[in-house]
Amino acid sequence: MSSLTTTEARQAASAQRKKRITAFMFVVPLLVFILLTFVAPIASMLWRSVHHPTVAELIPHTLEALKDWDGKAVPDQHTLQIFAVELNGLAKERLSGKLAEEFNRAYTGMSSVVKSTARKVAKLKGDDLRDKGAQTLLDANPKWQRTDLWYAIQRAGEKYTYDYYLTALDLELKPDTGIQVREETQIYLQLYSKTLTMALVITLLCAALGYPLSYYLAGLSENRANLLLVLVLLPFWTSLLVRTTAWIALLQTNGVINSFLMGVGLTNEPFEMLYTSFATVVAMTHILLPFMILPLYSVMRGIDPSYMRAALSLGDKPIPAFAKIYLPMTLPGLSAGALLVFIISVGYYITPALVGGTDGQMISNIIAFHMQRSNNWELAAALGSLLLALILLLYWLYDRFVGASNIKLG
Amino acid sequence: MTKAPAYFGFWYRLGSWLLKSTSWLVLFFLIMPILVIIPLSFNTEPFFSFTKGMLTFQPEAYSLRWYSAIFSDPKWILAIQNSFFIGICATIIATALGTCAAVGLARDDMPARRLITALLLSPMIVPLIITAAGMFFFYSDLGLAGNYLGVILAHAALGTPFVIITVTATLAGFDYSLVRAGLNLGARPVRVFWDIIMPLIRPGVISGALFAFITSFDEVVVILFMAGPQQRTIPRQMFSGLREQINPSILAIATLLIILSIIMLVTIELLRRRSARLRGVEA
Amino acid sequence: MARSLSTGISAFALAAAMGLASLGAHAEESLTVVSWGGSYGAAQKNHMIDPFQKDTGVKVLFEDYSGGVAEMKAQVESGNIQWDVVDVEVIDLERACSEGLLETIPHDILPAGADGTPAEKDFIPDALSNECAIGNIVWSVVYAYNEKTIGNTKATSIADFFDTAKIPGKRAMRKRPQVNMEWALMADGVAPKDVYEVLATPEGQERAFKKLDTIKKDIVWFDSWSQAPQLLNDGGAVLVQSANGRFYDSIRKEGKPFVIVWDGHVYDLDAWAVLKGSPKKDLAFKFIAYATQSKPLAGMSDVAYGPTRKSSTPMMDPAAAPHLPTAHLDKGIRAGSEFWADYGESLGEKFNEWLLK
Repeated sequence: MSSLTTTEARQAASAQRKKRITAFMFVVPLLVFILLTFVAPIASMLWRSVHHPTVAELIPHTLEALKDWDGKAVPDQHTLQIFAVELNGLAKERLSGKLAEEFNRAYTGMSSVVKSTARKVAKLKGDDLRDKGAQTLLDANPKWQRTDLWYAIQRAGEKYTYDYYLTALDLELKPDTGIQVREETQIYLQLYSKTLTMALVITLLCAALGYPLSYYLAGLSENRANLLLVLVLLPFWTSLLVRTTAWIALLQTNGVINSFLMGVGLTNEPFEMLYTSFATVVAMTHILLPFMILPLYSVMRGIDPSYMRAALSLGDKPIPAFAKIYLPMTLPGLSAGALLVFIISVGYYITPALVGGTDGQMISNIIAFHMQRSNNWELAAALGSLLLALILLLYWLYDRFVGASNIKLG
Repeated sequence: MTKAPAYFGFWYRLGSWLLKSTSWLVLFFLIMPILVIIPLSFNTEPFFSFTKGMLTFQPEAYSLRWYSAIFSDPKWILAIQNSFFIGICATIIATALGTCAAVGLARDDMPARRLITALLLSPMIVPLIITAAGMFFFYSDLGLAGNYLGVILAHAALGTPFVIITVTATLAGFDYSLVRAGLNLGARPVRVFWDIIMPLIRPGVISGALFAFITSFDEVVVILFMAGPQQRTIPRQMFSGLREQINPSILAIATLLIILSIIMLVTIELLRRRSARLRGVEA
Repeated sequence: MARSLSTGISAFALAAAMGLASLGAHAEESLTVVSWGGSYGAAQKNHMIDPFQKDTGVKVLFEDYSGGVAEMKAQVESGNIQWDVVDVEVIDLERACSEGLLETIPHDILPAGADGTPAEKDFIPDALSNECAIGNIVWSVVYAYNEKTIGNTKATSIADFFDTAKIPGKRAMRKRPQVNMEWALMADGVAPKDVYEVLATPEGQERAFKKLDTIKKDIVWFDSWSQAPQLLNDGGAVLVQSANGRFYDSIRKEGKPFVIVWDGHVYDLDAWAVLKGSPKKDLAFKFIAYATQSKPLAGMSDVAYGPTRKSSTPMMDPAAAPHLPTAHLDKGIRAGSEFWADYGESLGEKFNEWLLK
């Protein structure tokens, strides 16, 4: 075979290429579809987390004037004047609220200052505006005399920013000290660590519950095991909302569990279980348990029970024998299940939102909060991008150790 | 467990007894919440808990009140219609594109297979909140938010990974020389696809389609962010019901959904056995 | 084999097409109206939505809303308008209007009252004072207890709401700073007329949060007024905050032993507004003009909410009169809409941080 002529080699190569193109052509429609409907939206989110031209569009002249500002004292009368005129215009077009929101993100507590100032500035007309604008501004609120405020405004005027990532990591940028830990409340890092802890607890619980059950099922006859597996698969196939509803019915103050406990006299006072992190953990363990059991079971099915028996009959104690022989053989299933459960629970939204109360919220819930309640989409995008990076890292691990295409679907 | 041989002592017996009881407790934990819903949905009272009458099996404590409440409420009817409509449309798109891609991915000469597979399966892995947020921004700009087309495209994207997985599974061990033989005998590629590949992968295609359907049918986060009042689906309606006004009509719809999932489960199981038989693998 | 699959697919496609067609038929002329659900929603459906649908043939999608400006803002800023008409609390209205989220509504669309009084004179002045909305009801945030669960000491004042020694047990409140901060200050001894002045200062805000801290572990938070009567009924909380109409409805219709405490109530208007950029603006105006006629407004007394037209008074259910907020004005304060327009965002943030602490 080593004596191929160049023509033959070229033909072989072109045939090979043709085959690859054919194979690729099958994938192209879906690839294009996924890129447009799924990847592009996520990319647009990433873009939004760093691109934010709103302030630059609202007060272009003020920002222009601030370019010459030395950053040491309050900006000069002229700059304040320009700002007053722009604020007056914004108030008339009902855009001062938008500006207030933007300033408030850059400098906490500014929302009410901008709005009440805008109300006063809006009353000025013609010459008054030109002459008294700056003074009205300074009289309206002492905060306008703070240099760090104007520094924050200058920064908010940048079209491209990494500030939202700073906020998402509980950091802030100060003119004199640079990047430092945020002085006011820090919530996000704590929330990330809480999310990871909860995901870990859920994963461990799933492993603790799923392992013995899978082991038991793997020891049964094929038919009997299949029959019992239905009890695992039915929850798996049942709507997420249905399962969450079930836990609400079970856990609420006068729900099924409390009525039962009080009925048999175990307690007189109902337990507060719903709307706590306990509820989130229990309901999510229930929802994700099948993802642990299915890969574990399929691995355990493939292990010949005679290994264990041989070890035991050779005089090994059951527990060391189990730890030395059986456990290592089930590790692929265990790691596949654990990674999958962990990945899914880190990004979970619906169940914590419905049963978690304030205490059982996870990072996804705060993203939803910034999307829907506080309307800080840029911060939501930055928090989402960090979560995405975390998930992609875990997914990469999963793909490396388990193979993405080996996800079990029952 | 197989019967313990005589040389295993008391501790082994205790161990296997513990294992058995633990396992049954876990099974109970898995199935009990689902079973509890069903009787509660026949409650006469507007509560989520068992009344005295229900526990003593008095017939007047049970009623179909919440079922008739669902079918007389235009909101629930619209939600049911929407769920099926969006689900079916998304399933058709996801199944067609996913099957085609799976056939390509299963070929040995597929370039960059690992990367492309990982990319195509990512809609299943990326948290829905991120997907939904991204789609809200992107689809709103395109005018696709708040209408059926946007929701259907989004759900189709979320469903394709399942089709790829199930179809790829049925293609494992597929002998491509059959395709070559067919082509060599002069059959047109389309014909080869329908007559040689399709019969083999059909169980995978159908179970993939079912997965895609259930994915759309159960999805609520993207709907929450992107859909308008016109596109309310069953899970969306349940979500707001659970947040705002908890009453047993949610349990009634939940019971209906449980029945649906039993049907799905049975269908998938039958398909799996059939596929295994076709491929000559032990079921 | 191949044929059965393609038959399957075409059956699927057919079903889908039929679904689309049936949905297309729905979409012809429809209007999305958003309000508060529960008993108030039922009264609006009865007296406003249903008659409007019947008279005009327009299909109204009646959706639930749980307050705040966030959802409106998301829709306007993303350009993805889903709602047409919204029933807004004046506490949120000022802010929504000043942030450009609402259309301005010309007053000449409003018909004269049933007795012939021109609209401008017939409406109480507050109902027309904001250019973005038309006042709909006068209502109030109060709290109530259940005779069955309260025990021997009954609650009588706003201070009792914060006094867990006097009245032990959970308190249920809506998860937002509005009204809760006012209550905290009044319970802490601030005179009702000074509440907003104090709340505008950082020290006053601190003081309100401190007071809220004293009952923080006893608070059950809810998102929607309609959850409130259920919490009071099933013992989820001993003292429950809600709109007066929600309690009134449970007392009147279901005979619940609830008692309303009027001390320190915060009364407000609800108003109909139209989302900026609604593609159905004209139809939305038509709906508002219809819904704010004398008769539909009088119907709101079903849930003890006062009408905003004087000409509605004679058409009201006389039994409701002593339960209207207007009968208790001396015990309460008017919600500060301008205050919340300015401070809603800042205090909202502080409040959320306080919750997470």
